[in-house]
Amino acid sequence: MMAFTLASHIMLVPFGVALPFITLVMHHRGLRKADPTAMLLARRWSAVMAVQFAVGVVTGTVLSFEFGLLWPGMMGRWGDVFGLGFGVEAWAFFLEAILIAIYLYGWRRLKPWTHFWLGVPLPLTALMGAFGIIAANSWMNTPQGFQLDQAGNPVNVHVQQAIFTPMFGPEYWHFVVAMFLTAGYVVAGVYAVGWLRGRRDRYHRLGFTVPFTVAAILTPLQFFLGDNIARQIYHKQPIKFAAAELVWDTDTHVPEYLFGRLQEDGTVKGGLKIPQLDSILAGFTPDTQVTGLSSVPAADRPTATQATIVHWAFDLMATIGSVLILLALWYAWCWWRHRDLPKSRWFFRCAAIAGAASVFTVECGWITTEVGRQPWIVYQNMRVSEAVTPTGAASLWTMFGVVAAVYVLIFGAFLTVLLKMRTRWRLAGGGTVAAESPETDTPYGPRPELATTAAQSPTSAEGPGRAPGDSE
Amino acid sequence: MTADILSWVLLLAIAAYACGGGVDYGAGFWDLLAGGAARGRRPRWLIDHAMAPVWEVNNVWLVFVLVLMWTGFPDFFQTVFTALWLPLALAAVGMVLRGAGFALRKPTRRLAARRVYGAVFAVASLLTPFFLGTVIGSVASGRVKPGTVASADAWANPTSIVAGLLAVCATAVLGAVFLSADARRFGAHDLVGYFALRARIAVAALVVVGAVGLAVTADDASYVHHGLTHGWGLLLVLLSAASGAVTAVLVAGPALGWARYSAVAAVALAVGAWGVAQRPYLVPTSLTVQDAAGASATLQWMLIVALVALVLIGPAVTVLYRLDTRGVLEPLTDEDVTK
Repeated sequence: MMAFTLASHIMLVPFGVALPFITLVMHHRGLRKADPTAMLLARRWSAVMAVQFAVGVVTGTVLSFEFGLLWPGMMGRWGDVFGLGFGVEAWAFFLEAILIAIYLYGWRRLKPWTHFWLGVPLPLTALMGAFGIIAANSWMNTPQGFQLDQAGNPVNVHVQQAIFTPMFGPEYWHFVVAMFLTAGYVVAGVYAVGWLRGRRDRYHRLGFTVPFTVAAILTPLQFFLGDNIARQIYHKQPIKFAAAELVWDTDTHVPEYLFGRLQEDGTVKGGLKIPQLDSILAGFTPDTQVTGLSSVPAADRPTATQATIVHWAFDLMATIGSVLILLALWYAWCWWRHRDLPKSRWFFRCAAIAGAASVFTVECGWITTEVGRQPWIVYQNMRVSEAVTPTGAASLWTMFGVVAAVYVLIFGAFLTVLLKMRTRWRLAGGGTVAAESPETDTPYGPRPELATTAAQSPTSAEGPGRAPGDSE
Repeated sequence: MTADILSWVLLLAIAAYACGGGVDYGAGFWDLLAGGAARGRRPRWLIDHAMAPVWEVNNVWLVFVLVLMWTGFPDFFQTVFTALWLPLALAAVGMVLRGAGFALRKPTRRLAARRVYGAVFAVASLLTPFFLGTVIGSVASGRVKPGTVASADAWANPTSIVAGLLAVCATAVLGAVFLSADARRFGAHDLVGYFALRARIAVAALVVVGAVGLAVTADDASYVHHGLTHGWGLLLVLLSAASGAVTAVLVAGPALGWARYSAVAAVALAVGAWGVAQRPYLVPTSLTVQDAAGASATLQWMLIVALVALVLIGPAVTVLYRLDTRGVLEPLTDEDVTK
């Protein structure tokens, strides 16, 4: 259940963290060049941001409830050790909520540049929030900063150590870049679909280029960060690394498996076996020793099924990441040679899929880190079974059913509303629908030059909905 | 020492949520009672208009309360969430439905769909404060001890139920008072009296439920009852009652704006009275603040983080509420996103 709500929430996180940034980039461009198309895009994106943020607030609140409802054991014992990260997050989130309210509702009455500058701290608060959450999660992966007394309770809490755990740095940057990347690809993907459907105006061009450029610059960076975090896991959480790479016996010259399934007896069925590669990836020479799953008792490691899940999630993440790099290179090449977007329809097809794929990748990354830690909730310190609430399984499942149903409804409704907004905007762009709202004055007051340029650039448009197939 | 300060911060945050969130839930409560689509159109328009810019911020107070609980007082957090599993879970579901209903109602056009979202929003606005109220009641009655397992007895008892009803009444008062003031601000003069009348009815209901509560807690939650009827607790209760009375008077007069402050004062003082009454316990007679406190290093850092955050957030909140009361914050209209 936690898994489910977290998985739902994490889908929204890229947009919460990065959409403000991309919107601000567009907003800046609009103000700087007095570009009405860019301003229109920024306004529409902020309208989407409004709905998304509301849903994010709700799922976030529920999450903090669930820590108590599901893991009272963990919070009771460890809350004071690693909870500070959440404290930072709560304040950052608070600040973000305030600023986002000002930004969203300030379009009409604030001075243009004042409005923009009030929005600028938004991505910073989002980064602060991410700081808190990742601090907590990386602590669960590599707990430290405390000593255990006789009864097994943590004493002598050392706060700095508990926040800046070994996994914190790699995990934080990997996560943050992933968020920006995903949001960029998803937003760009929406306009790529519009482009494929023949809407090749400036509006779509701009709506595609800005987010896609952000994402394309970050993709190679993410590749290095991802590689780095994998090596950190190899050092700090060898069992998780073993699960992700399906290593059974501790050995040197370990082969790398692409996909494949781990059997109970430690053999791997199916998949592509590349000799020695795993050792090379972990330590740059074939002689590197990699710890295997069988080095710890069965009760202290993931089951074969869990290991397979982790392995698949890990491999899918790496594969998609590599494909995205190729896409980014394609884009960079065309830009370098022609100062233009690629002409090929295939490029836009790939770009459209990239949005959905990167959301999927985020889920994969999350599965890798969470399932890979099984059966521990606090790595080598507390098992999931010790942390879970004593409430009966039956009532837990009932609850889960209710929450799942509610979430399906909410996300369904969320998508429907976005699609409705899109349709409305597209129709309005065609000039067929008069605004139904009673309040019709232009934002920032009358600006004649804006109106005339707007007339020249047709903006029949697909608004930011989500890429098709994005609702997994 | 640090633990004491933090427990007061916690109480303050709860009071802030009771006031901020209370206004929200109250608005939802009146949305529920606004009548059919035609009759309730104007009140609902006002509710949407008034709540939109600030409801998310109000909601974050709750996140803050929870975080403060599990970081500062992990044992307390564990106890409450284990024993009061069901009401808290129901409150959480209510919160999801409510937020989603509200957020999705606005961009929706078709009347049928708006009705569904609106109904969800309104019903959930009733359930969430009720269950959160019962949680407070259960804690106050001392039924929740460390190690208690989840059971109906922990929350289906007179004190809890009365506390739940009290919470609903309080949100109704807050909602009506704020909406009445907002109606004047937005120039909807017919709604000023509409909500003022409802505010007075809600104050009356609050008084009745409060009196019942005092009677019930005499046996059922004797420790808190004693605290509420003696010393500082009594003083705060009296002040809270006085603020409530002032609210009822002000809300119909020209000084309508001040009624908001007195209503907030009444609710905050009531929360304060509860906190004072159960000193030095977090859970009366079984878990003290000192026993529940987490590691002292963390508590100190928590205070530092809170101070830094206060420096950052203080100005931001001021700007937000100032912009909001000046009417600078307006939602984007369709014009803005279609041109």
